[in-house]
Amino acid sequence: MTGRKLLLENVHIPGIETFDVYRKNGGYASVEKALKKMTPEEVVEEVKKSGLRGRGGAGFPTGMKWSFLAKPEGVPRYLVCNADESEPGTFKDRYLMEKLPHLLIEGMITSSYALGANEAYIYIRGEFMYILHILEKAIAEAYANGMLGKNIMGSSFDLDLIVAPGGGAYICGEETALLESLEGKRGNPRMKPPFPAVKGLWGCPTVVNNVETIAAVVPIVNDGGEAYAKIGIERSTGTKLISAGGNLVRPGVYELEMGVSVEEFIYGDDYCRGIANGKQLKACIPGGSSVPILPAHLVTKTAAGENRLMTYESLADGGFTSGSMLGSGGFIVFDEDQCIVRNTYTFARFYSHESCGQCSPCREGTGWMEKVLHRLEHGHGNMEDITLLEEINKKIEGNTICPLGDAAAWPVAAAIRHFREEFEWHVTHASEAQTRNYGLIQPRVEEIKAL
Amino acid sequence: MHNMKATSPNQQDLSPVEFSADMLTEINRVIAMFPEGREKSAIIRILHIVQTHYGWTSVPAMNKVAEILNIQPIEVYEVASFYTMFHLNPVGNYVFEVCRTGPCMLVGSDEIIAYIEDKLNIKVGETTADGMFTLKTAECLGACGYGPVLQCQYKFHEHLTKEKVDEIMEAYRAASISK
Repeated sequence: MTGRKLLLENVHIPGIETFDVYRKNGGYASVEKALKKMTPEEVVEEVKKSGLRGRGGAGFPTGMKWSFLAKPEGVPRYLVCNADESEPGTFKDRYLMEKLPHLLIEGMITSSYALGANEAYIYIRGEFMYILHILEKAIAEAYANGMLGKNIMGSSFDLDLIVAPGGGAYICGEETALLESLEGKRGNPRMKPPFPAVKGLWGCPTVVNNVETIAAVVPIVNDGGEAYAKIGIERSTGTKLISAGGNLVRPGVYELEMGVSVEEFIYGDDYCRGIANGKQLKACIPGGSSVPILPAHLVTKTAAGENRLMTYESLADGGFTSGSMLGSGGFIVFDEDQCIVRNTYTFARFYSHESCGQCSPCREGTGWMEKVLHRLEHGHGNMEDITLLEEINKKIEGNTICPLGDAAAWPVAAAIRHFREEFEWHVTHASEAQTRNYGLIQPRVEEIKAL
Repeated sequence: MHNMKATSPNQQDLSPVEFSADMLTEINRVIAMFPEGREKSAIIRILHIVQTHYGWTSVPAMNKVAEILNIQPIEVYEVASFYTMFHLNPVGNYVFEVCRTGPCMLVGSDEIIAYIEDKLNIKVGETTADGMFTLKTAECLGACGYGPVLQCQYKFHEHLTKEKVDEIMEAYRAASISK
């Protein structure tokens, strides 16, 4: 029993990517219901009641984000779908769009109706060009069947839906950088405020939501916000797509009810079926490369010894001292043979490569971290380098226009916090570290509790 | 992205280029998707069309894009140089972009990159002498559960093994000959 599926329930039906099969299996019911029986305000209200939180990583309540949208007379409003999935470890939106393009389109129509947008965009990373073609084919079908264009399903609601590709830039997943890119510019994030809800695409009020968030609007409108809110635990309502990768027996995309235990998710037969090649778990990054890494003893249990659950709250239990974040649901698992210094180096290189260069602390700091970690990984580091990394970290965090700086700082800080002896071993056993990896670390639960 | 290097325009053939009728049709279709006055939004997609046709994104091609969009050439250069998918230098017929970020590294991308280097007798960033293949690395291609992974001409090649890399190279060589 893998729990209810609200998004991927029909994913294995042959032909579900076509309009006819999708419609026969209950597709576009939310559009019908919203347009014929509900006011836009009522749709927003259901989303608020559902407790849905942004599925792209930040976890901000979607209904609240929608209610911030400014509605000045005579100014167009836009809905933009963030399909720039680029957070290392995350590949859930790709799966959803490839298998169920009409689910995203349906969500876009219902959400646009709620927001009063007559033009909506899907901004997709350029590497996913084949998915852009899948989406455009599905959009053409939706137009042909009266689900897009003028007077949708006989109502007075009009909507045009356009797909636009990026060109290879992680930063465009940040919503204001995405809007810049969609305007045909470099993806440099904007200063906030003003927020996109007030001044977004072409200076007009805009809502930017993740693919999975928009897809989740479909079951929320169909079944009601209250029914959705009954699934899950506390403020983690509904289901979440988790993309699991790394050293797992069965990596892949899973839809799970919020609240499944981390242990069940990693080892359960319905999910990832344990660590590949009979190895032991060394560490896990539960929510994409930006969130803190956890050592094995803090993955399935919190520092207080409680079972860790797949929810926003439980994964964050212990704060950054002993917890992490659900983030984007990019779940990365490390077996006992993996080198934490090497992995941290690859992430530092990633953020250095992806920094837009606009803010000095991020532009310079990410490059310094990459160089220092390269030194440590290749046996040329010294003990001061570890302290230096911590100092650079503090100087980046909170000092940049957009969260990329924080996203670059957190993984390095967490890796040193939990795996300091492994970093030190790379200094004290520099040549040995070139031929073998450190292996498992000793749990330091008591020490962490005392922090 | 900020450290991206392009061939100096002085080293490129700067003779103006004309786009084919097919390219112009496709470009105009893309421009027409956006509201009037927002044509510049089509720029990234146009650059994809240009690169698909020429294999890379040259200064004359960018100048032509500027002319079509009625904007300054610098507005095209600054966009093309920001996004890593655009090759500002000539490349081989087939560009292998191998993902090397954390999740792919965990499942052996380093070994795959080394194998391709060895097999093609080039280093990352180089092109084979026959102009067939260029090897590049990429940061996270969003296929983390299916790694190691490489992308070539927008196609994802996943769950890479050495044998699979051999097959992919052979397939592209054969495709090139049959062209």
